[in-house]
Amino acid sequence: MTNEELINYISAWNQDAEFQLPATGENQLIGILEDIPSPFLNIEIPASHLKTFLQRLKEDPELDFDVLFNMAGMDWGKTLGVIYFLESYTKKHAITVSVQSEDRENPLLPTVSDLWFAAHLHECEIYDMFGIRFEGHNGLKRLFLTPDFEGFPLRKDYEDDYMIIRK
Amino acid sequence: MILSNANIFSQWLESTSGLGYVLVLILIAALYLGFFAVAGLMLVLMERRVAGFFQLRLGPNRVGPWGLFQTIADALKLVSKEIFIPKQADKFLYKAGYYIVIIAALIGIGVIPFSRQIQGFDINVGIFFITAVSSVGVLGILFGAWGSRNKYSLIGAMRSGLQMVSYELSAGFAVVTVVLMAGSLKMTEIVEAQQSTWFLFKGHLPAIIAFMIFIIAGTAESNRVPFDLVEGESELGAGFHTEYSGMGFAYFFLAEFINMFIIAALTSTLFLGGWLAPFGITDGLPAQWFWGMFWFFLKTGVIIFLLMWFRWTFPRLRIDQLLTLEWKYLLPVGLVNTVVMALFVWKDWLIDLGKIFGS
Amino acid sequence: MIDLKNSVQSDIKTQEYFLNMGPQHPATHGVLRLILKLDGETVVGIEPDLGFIHRGIEKMCEYDTYRQIIHLTDRMDYLSSHINNEAVALAVEKALEVEVSDRIKVIRTMMDELTRIASHLLWWGVMGMDIGALTTFMYAFRDREMINEIMEETTGARLTMSYNIPGGVMFDLHPGFPKRVKEFIKHMRQVLPEYDRLLTGNIIFQKRMKGVGILKKEDALNWGATGPVARGSGLHTDIRKRFPYSAYDRVEFEEAVEEGGDNLARYQVRMREMYESLDILEQLVDNIPEGPYQMPMRNLIKLPKGEFYQRVETARGELGVFIVSDGKKNPYRVKFRSPGFSNLNALLKVGLGWKIADLVAIMSTFDFVIPDIDR
Repeated sequence: MTNEELINYISAWNQDAEFQLPATGENQLIGILEDIPSPFLNIEIPASHLKTFLQRLKEDPELDFDVLFNMAGMDWGKTLGVIYFLESYTKKHAITVSVQSEDRENPLLPTVSDLWFAAHLHECEIYDMFGIRFEGHNGLKRLFLTPDFEGFPLRKDYEDDYMIIRK
Repeated sequence: MILSNANIFSQWLESTSGLGYVLVLILIAALYLGFFAVAGLMLVLMERRVAGFFQLRLGPNRVGPWGLFQTIADALKLVSKEIFIPKQADKFLYKAGYYIVIIAALIGIGVIPFSRQIQGFDINVGIFFITAVSSVGVLGILFGAWGSRNKYSLIGAMRSGLQMVSYELSAGFAVVTVVLMAGSLKMTEIVEAQQSTWFLFKGHLPAIIAFMIFIIAGTAESNRVPFDLVEGESELGAGFHTEYSGMGFAYFFLAEFINMFIIAALTSTLFLGGWLAPFGITDGLPAQWFWGMFWFFLKTGVIIFLLMWFRWTFPRLRIDQLLTLEWKYLLPVGLVNTVVMALFVWKDWLIDLGKIFGS
Repeated sequence: MIDLKNSVQSDIKTQEYFLNMGPQHPATHGVLRLILKLDGETVVGIEPDLGFIHRGIEKMCEYDTYRQIIHLTDRMDYLSSHINNEAVALAVEKALEVEVSDRIKVIRTMMDELTRIASHLLWWGVMGMDIGALTTFMYAFRDREMINEIMEETTGARLTMSYNIPGGVMFDLHPGFPKRVKEFIKHMRQVLPEYDRLLTGNIIFQKRMKGVGILKKEDALNWGATGPVARGSGLHTDIRKRFPYSAYDRVEFEEAVEEGGDNLARYQVRMREMYESLDILEQLVDNIPEGPYQMPMRNLIKLPKGEFYQRVETARGELGVFIVSDGKKNPYRVKFRSPGFSNLNALLKVGLGWKIADLVAIMSTFDFVIPDIDR
């Protein structure tokens, strides 16, 4: 499917009775992120509906997103976020799904490692570097850093005068 | 008996008595010990040069002429190294390990005849004695690995135990095949029985099968590639001697090479006629003790080269494949082969070149 | 009749135990630490402990300009350093909408393939060592040396070349390059059958490889495997074919795919890839077009605001470079999707149920480079 077909197909879920997403502020359940140009079709989804949405993306026979080929943690300044890079091996289309969390103290997102095991180590890495916890993840731990390491280095507000010299 | 009188060591012993007897015994032992310390080092050097030959490189060639003193320098380095004992090790077992291994290896050498005149002691169950003594070595490996309190060592030692116990059987049956032809367990008599034809050719088919089984089982018993699971450096670090340093490690290392020498020496004694010259071409020459040793070491060297060839070309087996090979293939084949050999000896279907060409 | 199995089990008390594999272990090829849970010699649990060589490259990128980032990527997968460089260069060029000349494309493609062969050669040598055949290492290094010399002649470096820059390559090709490459192709065509004779046909090798470490097709997709590991499971995941970059759309080559999913399949994929790489080199070596080797570009590169993604096929699998730019001279965020990291993820499942010796063999067919995992 091309990006346009993907948008149309996924937007139709808004009217779907089975896919019960409660309305957010703008009455638009699935926002298509357009302010930053992206190489893939980018869909932004509230954290509360992430799991159902991703599960549907994976299990819908028309979409069949069977590969999670990348996962990137993001620090957008005010919010922390994760971008899921999905791809279909058979249908040959790709999509990114981004999710944000306002809570910088104790961000919590549902895990997708039960849908795609590829996310297992990626989620550990994101927890290690951004401090985002993944609910239901089997064996979440500080992957690269020591367990008693303070702070999350890839966050923008991480301060380390010794190792990082800011200009 | 004529043969035992030919042995210069026993002649020497018979000529003394009392305290002198004990002194001569110690002297002979020291002679053996010195010779095999040097021989072990030279084998290590040979291995490294052969490895270089197989691996498109030169090997050690800087210390002394042709690198001859390289391993001596290495040994000096090992002597000067600190002997490090892990804190939680069982110190008695840890230290007992390498002594048992090296003693078991050295005792075996005593009964191997280098030539008609040179042999430590010639007992009437010589080959049986070697087989028995060489299996004591595994105890040392188990002791050392258990004592050093390291899981890698322990896994290596358990593999070693399995391997030794299994392959002893096949090696034993291969030896029995030869003993059937020779009719004696005495090392010198086994060699003398090959005066006209080496057993490898005399026993033709079953002897060649026994030869192959003995080489395979011998490689396994001396823990060399493709059966070096005991060390398996890419899996277990260094296996049972992971925790050893300095001379402790050197003893294990030396024992491995002496064991290889014993296997090669046994192969040449049992199958290739030991000290006997091919077709007796050096029989009339003076200094028979020298020519005997010359042929013996030549044959042994060829077998050692073969074992080294294995080492530098083959990948390693897995533990279950190792056991499958022994219990499902080598042991049944060895058993049947022994029976076939007995049949051949009974019906006299052996090839005797002496009879054919008429000596 | 006596129930032998149960009577034995009731008498002997067995216990699972933990074994630390690494960070200093010969088979982990670096500082990877795996905590293995063992039942006898059978692996029943794998827990990775990473970070022994973690340098925070992603964080460092946020403080560097786009020209500087390239030099960091060398140090990720140091055996595919040229391909890593290219990924960043391509991403920057894509963002700036710069079309590079044909000469640059061909130079990059040829260097890619040389790098790939060098990487696979090293893998072949080390893989032999892992299963106990020590001689393969020396053979592979003899031939890899030729590639290193070709690289050194043109780029001035042997391993971490940093040859790519945004908008081209750093220097023009050395005049002796085509001749040397031709010599190398001729030499490799002779020695590759020799490799097969030395290792591939060996019965012990076959026994150790066949049917061991099976990764099923659907599992490979779900567990994040890419590159030769996924292609050994019958997946057509070659980025060079799916999203051709540089000059891959103008050369003919066959994607090496094996159906087995076991160690031998992964081994065969890499062996075949070396032949394919030689084919690609052969097609290009006589047709290096004339043209500039650098496109005119500003010294200080600023990317427009946006997200940019570039996928390339390194010797180990798919490398993804994800750049988020806020319009400044430094990227806002860079994420490297490294092939080793994702393949390690698959190893955590593939390795279960095999013996330690098998795990070592599986790890070597997965071909890990630890700095690539840790970044």
